[in-house]
Amino acid sequence: MPARGNGRWLGGGLLLAAGLVAPYVVYPVFAMKVLCFALFACAFNLLLGYTGLLSFGHAAFLGSAGYVTAYTVKSLGFSPGLGLLAGTACAAVLGLVIGWLAIRRSGIYFAMITLGLAQVIYFLSLQLEFTGGEDGIQGVPRGVLFGVLPLDNPLVMYHFVLAVFLFGFWVVYRAIHSPFGQVLKAIRENEPRAVSLGYDVHRYKLLAFVLSATLAGLAGGTKSLVFQLASLTDVHWHTSGEVVLMTLLGGLGTEFGPVVGALLVVTLNNYLAGFGSWVTVITGAIFVVCVLAFRRGIVGEILAFARSRSAPKDP
Amino acid sequence: MSEVFGIPIQAFLGQLLIGLINGSFYAILSLGLAVIFGLLNIINFTHGAQYMMGAFVAWMGLKYLGINYWAALLLSPLVVGLTGVVIERLCLRRLYQLDHLYGLLLTFGLALVVEGLFRQGYGISGLSYPVPKLLQGGENLGFMYLPIYRAWVVVASLVVCFGTWYVIERTKLGAYLRAGTENPRLLQAFGINVPVMVTLTYGFGVALAAFAGVLAAPIYQVNPVMGSNLVIVVFAVVVIGGMGSIFGSIVTGLGLGVVEGLTKVFYPEASAVVVFVIMALVLLVRPAGLFGREA
Repeated sequence: MPARGNGRWLGGGLLLAAGLVAPYVVYPVFAMKVLCFALFACAFNLLLGYTGLLSFGHAAFLGSAGYVTAYTVKSLGFSPGLGLLAGTACAAVLGLVIGWLAIRRSGIYFAMITLGLAQVIYFLSLQLEFTGGEDGIQGVPRGVLFGVLPLDNPLVMYHFVLAVFLFGFWVVYRAIHSPFGQVLKAIRENEPRAVSLGYDVHRYKLLAFVLSATLAGLAGGTKSLVFQLASLTDVHWHTSGEVVLMTLLGGLGTEFGPVVGALLVVTLNNYLAGFGSWVTVITGAIFVVCVLAFRRGIVGEILAFARSRSAPKDP
Repeated sequence: MSEVFGIPIQAFLGQLLIGLINGSFYAILSLGLAVIFGLLNIINFTHGAQYMMGAFVAWMGLKYLGINYWAALLLSPLVVGLTGVVIERLCLRRLYQLDHLYGLLLTFGLALVVEGLFRQGYGISGLSYPVPKLLQGGENLGFMYLPIYRAWVVVASLVVCFGTWYVIERTKLGAYLRAGTENPRLLQAFGINVPVMVTLTYGFGVALAAFAGVLAAPIYQVNPVMGSNLVIVVFAVVVIGGMGSIFGSIVTGLGLGVVEGLTKVFYPEASAVVVFVIMALVLLVRPAGLFGREA
């Protein structure tokens, strides 16, 4: 289908262009926050959008990786690259454990289990010594990447974050458009059928879960370097809910949807920060509207519109 | 004998009582979730917010209208149950044909809206609700001091739980309800108005949550986020018990409350996570839950 292929190149080009221009147009830290959450949402979308598994505990991976990166960099003197690796690895291991437990049930039970296990991570973060409890880990040094790139420079940091995001996006893209991704979609559409075709569904689910958790961890580690802070907010279930919203609003199971969703939700949070609890109310209201009237999300609607235009009028 | 495993017996029994109280709340809330899930196939994430609303409606009734505790115990579930009916009619009804996950997401959104609105109106600090006159004070049992209100909470919860169990398992109405869970189309063919039944069931489940909220109001501070962490624990309770059986929900809820209370005595650091750890263990041994059927 040439039309869809063009759309994909167009989308990718727009994304890259926007990524390169952004730090000159908006506040770099804001742009970096968007990128971190965009990566987080893309990772989440791999699970919900393509495998049909609703994890309500993804904040556990974002947050724990943030803590590990912050701790290793600040207290153990790791270089930022190594710290990021440590954080991501931690999220991967955690993803393996939580995923291994959670895939024993499916549907809403899966959601409730991931939520519960993420709550364990939250309480651990609150009580363990190295996380700093309510204060979190503050003043994390950004350091020098690979011994040459000074991350204290906002522009250098920004391009590093952009590179991390593009890498994560590429991984998700490759996963979706591989035979592995096709099996994931088959599981989403009809799990018993995938089983009857001889696929080891549990292994595919677990692999998707670990991949998603790892990338969420990469986003979390990067985020802790950007803000030089790891805090309880990132492990709280509110964050798990937020990533669901980003993905849903942008478009479940679309490649660019989570990025659009993350941009909108982060922007919204930024502008409404002064209005206290109204942020929560509006977030909730968007959820309700999305579920009731707008289930395809923004990118999903655009794709559906384009498809209806390109479809032959008289079959 | 004034010590159990090196713990003063008063502290031990005190925590046991708190555990029983929390367990009663878990039981009522997970019962409501199970009833709603049975017929609607929706996991009601708003449950915690509705528990909070129950407490708040009681508090507002007392403050603005002078409605006393006993009236609130009846009125608050009614009012909150009615809001549930409205929610079912306006929103949930549109989702029955879709994946169950959308129901979870919608009710999650609603929970955020409700919580945000109350937080905007009343702030985050707790409001206190007085213990009704009749239930003030306590009884010295010789080995421990028993506050009457707390005993009342346990008794009232058990009565409501077993009342619900009786209605569902032993009456005609309950038979319809169970039939609707099993096969709604067939039930409708027999001339039962299933959509109305579904609406009322949701209202009833929500009313149960509100009832728990009113019971909780004099014990805990009434505040907008009192339900948000609770609902996550109740989800774990539901996973542990499995939603197949009403009786199972009650037993699991009470049991876990007690276990949590005892953990507070012996290893306080773990009390916040013990329910989730048990959930993980149960998943390893019996993935369908203690009383559940493999779906």
